[in-house]
Order: sequence, then structure tokens, then C-alpha cells
Amino acid sequence: MNGFVENYLIPGAIIVGQSLLLLVLLLVSIAFILLADRKIWAAVQIRRGPNVVGPFGLLQSFADLLKFILKEPVIPAGANKGLFLLAPLVTVSLALAGWAVIPFNAGWVVANINVGVLYLLAISSLGVYGIIMGGWASNSKYPFLSSLRAAAQMVSYEVSIGFVIVTVLLCVGSLNLSDIVMSQQDGLGTRLGLPGSFLDWHWLALLPMFVIFFISALAETNRPPFDLAEAESELVAGFMTEYGSTPYMMFMLGEYASICLMCAMTTILFLGGWLPPVDIAPFTWVPGIVWFVLKALMVFFMFAMAKAIVPRYRYDQLMRLGWKVFLPISLFMVVLVAAVLQIMGWAP
Amino acid sequence: MILQTIFFYLFSAIVIASALMVISSRNPVHSVLFLILAFFNAAGLFVMLGAEFLAMMLVVVYVGAVAVLFLFVVMMLDVDFTELRQGFLQYLPVGALIGIVLLAELLIVLSGWVFAPDVLANPVRPIPELNQLTNTEAIGRLLYTDYIFFFQTAGFVLLVAMIGAIVLTLRHKPRVKRQVIADQVGRSQKVELHSVEPGKGI
Repeated sequence: MNGFVENYLIPGAIIVGQSLLLLVLLLVSIAFILLADRKIWAAVQIRRGPNVVGPFGLLQSFADLLKFILKEPVIPAGANKGLFLLAPLVTVSLALAGWAVIPFNAGWVVANINVGVLYLLAISSLGVYGIIMGGWASNSKYPFLSSLRAAAQMVSYEVSIGFVIVTVLLCVGSLNLSDIVMSQQDGLGTRLGLPGSFLDWHWLALLPMFVIFFISALAETNRPPFDLAEAESELVAGFMTEYGSTPYMMFMLGEYASICLMCAMTTILFLGGWLPPVDIAPFTWVPGIVWFVLKALMVFFMFAMAKAIVPRYRYDQLMRLGWKVFLPISLFMVVLVAAVLQIMGWAP
Repeated sequence: MILQTIFFYLFSAIVIASALMVISSRNPVHSVLFLILAFFNAAGLFVMLGAEFLAMMLVVVYVGAVAVLFLFVVMMLDVDFTELRQGFLQYLPVGALIGIVLLAELLIVLSGWVFAPDVLANPVRPIPELNQLTNTEAIGRLLYTDYIFFFQTAGFVLLVAMIGAIVLTLRHKPRVKRQVIADQVGRSQKVELHSVEPGKGI
């Protein structure tokens, strides 16, 4: 047992501490992000939104949390009890597990693994199981139909997300998320002789891929205008129809955690992570995590605006967009980006 | 090494237990879910071997895509399993015989299985050290140089299979109306009133 304390106990305690800190901060920020989503939606429709609990309604999410926990959980008679309760657990734990590899600042990451991007892709592709299991275990028509829809939708858009990530990786030459951010220190702007700035980040060099990634992220997280899994006018509340109280809250939490994860992923892949927008004195004094959070919140604001102003897609239109528009464009872009990098000698 | 040993036995035990549950559970949906658990823990074993790329690929491809399709098919099939079990005793001798033959073959192969000594002594490409090259890069270099022909052939076989599947399932039904996006976008913007004949459309 020699060296057990130094080699296992202390590093283990540090990792657990880091994970708990990240978890708590994440859950609190998700509470406010949920409120922000509702407030933005209300503002677009010239309503006030939640404004009763706390100043400006800031504590609304916590009131909702208490309400969900105190309600009685109802399990339908014909439901498959184990799977019915396992489904929300799977959704929420997968959505939170993805955050383990997200770097918030240089070196601020719980698990700095070499295959960070692949890990994120794997975690987000597992998210579909929570939905399928929930829909099937409910033993009811609408949840089942909606889970089939959601599964097909998520599998389809994962393909284009995968190709978008491949184009970014071609420009970076590494699967490590910190390396992806650091490689955006120089890009288009510095090649033109400008100082390091937001022009170097991948969003400009890979603009079509950025747009495709943003739209696919909406579809992957079942956000409007692609919220066909829970289209309330057709499928009641989709796969969550039979859920209430704490299990429902866990689905909700998992959904928002994966939306925030997609925002963080967009920030890292295309918006330069923790890098300041211009690499000049006043901007470089600000700590990197502030830039990271600001960028992620900006992406979330775009998510919220898309929810507020875009009408819902029809299912066949959604499938057409995924397979006949995004897939060919992203495939073509992979070839084009690879060719340009090779011919110009820019390949890492 | 203690932690590695504990995790190895944990992952292996879960893999074997869930593999047993795949063939023994009565509900086919549960079987598929146990299969997914087995894949997932096998990925854990890959990570312990230092093969993190293979682990992630196993999760992305098998768990994230293939098993979803399995689950789709199994969920939508309405199979009466009591009826399927009726001939159980009748088929038992043949099934048991095949099972025993397979088991015996596996045991014979595995008990006498060693690396040929000259293979390990002078490999065609030396296996790179883990701290010099990430295994994503190592696999990539090997796959796209020495084995590029096999890689391309495998891709071509998959392409042919995909085209075959599409040809087998594609049917143009004459009465189905399809949306022509170009026509719809190209429509004139002015608002008109039409009396629409039923079943014809505008």
C-alpha cells in the first residue's frame, strides 16, 4: 500500500472536487439560462415573462425546481417501471458527462484527453437512448411515435455534425479540445498581417460549416424550429407525455445541459474558446473564462432567438434538409478544405 | 496497479454479465439494452488498454448508430414469443450440438493460440511508443499508407451494399404527392383566391 495516499487518494480527491465544483456551477447557470430562455422568448412576443418570484423573476427556476420535487411522481400502470425511471437518469447523466472534457480556460479542464472531440460526439450520440427508452417504456402511442421521430432526427443530424467536425480537425491536426482552441490563435487575420483577433477563429475561414453546425446543433438538441420530438400540437408533449414531477425535471435538465454543451462546443470549435476577441492590452487583461462564458451565452442567445422567431419545420422537410442539403454540402466541404490545405501547404 | 485491476475486473464482469442477459432475458428490448451495456463496458476495456480511439469509435459507431437501428427494429416488431418458444424441445438437440461444436472449436483454437515468434521479432512497422504518438495518429498513418488498398476496398464494398439496400427498398408509388421545393419557392408572391377541386390541388 506504499504510496497509495499520494498516488491515488489525493489526485482522486482533487478530481472529485473539480467535478463537484463544475457540477454545482453548471446547475446554477442552467437555472438562470432556463430563465433567460423564457425571458427572451417573452420579450420577442412583447410579454413580460416570469416576473413574480424574486427581483425580475430571477428565482423562478428555483421555484419550479421545488415544485417539481414536491409533486407526486406518477408511473403509468402499463409502463415498464425500471426503464421508465432509468430514461431520465440516462439523459441527465450523459448531458452532464460531456462537460468533463470542456476547457474553460488554458488548462482549466477536468479531463484533458487526446480524443476530446470524439468523446463529445460519442456522448451526444448516446443522448438518443434516453429519449427512445422513455418513449418505449411509457407504453403509450404519442411518446412512442415521438421517440421514433426524435431518434431518426438525431441520428440524421449527427452525420452532418460529424463532417463539420472533420473539417475543423483538418485545420487543427489534433482531437484535443485545448489544441483546437490554441490553433485559432493564428488564422486568416494573421496571414494578412493583422494582429491576432477574432478574424483568426474558424467561424470566418469555415463560415458555411459554422452555419451548418449551428443549425445541426439545433436539430441535435431538439430545439425549435426542429422540436418535432415534442411538437405539442401533434404529439401532446412528445416522449415526455407520461412523465411528471422529478423524472420530468430530469429530462428538462438534461435537455438544457446538452443545449449548453452544444453552445460550449460551438464556442470551442468556431469562436476561439477562451481567446480574447482582439489580442491587444485591455482585452488580454480579462481572464479567459469570461470570454468563454460570454461567447457561449451569445451562442445561446442565438438559440433562443431561433426558438422565438422561426416556425417549426415539417418532418419531411427536416429530413430533406439533413440528408439532401447538409450532408452533400458538408461532404463537399471536407474534400475542398483538405484540398486547399494541401495545395497551399497550410496543413498542420 | 490496484485501481487498474479493480476496474478491469469491474468492466469485464459487467461485459460478461450483460452478454449473458442479452441471450437470457425474455423481453427483446431488454436484450438490446443489455447489448448496449456490453458494448459500453467493452469500450471501457479498450480505454484501459490505452486504445482510446478504438474505444470512442466503438461507442460512436456501435452504440450510437448500429444499436439504435437494432432497437428500432425490435421495438416495432410485434413478435409473439410464446409462439416462438413452442418448438423449443424439438430443436434442442440440433441447437445443443451446434453450440457444443462451436465451443469445442473455440477452446481448441484459443488454447493453442500464440503469436508466431518471428512476427514479434521483426514487425513490418514497429509499434510506436504511446508517449511519442497518439494512437489516433498511429492508426491513421498505418491505415492510409500500408493498408490504403484494403481501406478503399472496404469502403467500396460498403458503398455497393448501400446502393443495393436503396435499390431494394425504393418504390415510386404513383398516387403519392411529393413536395417540389423549387416550384414552391418559385411561385409568384401575389395572393389569389382559387376554388380548389378536391384531390387535385392548385
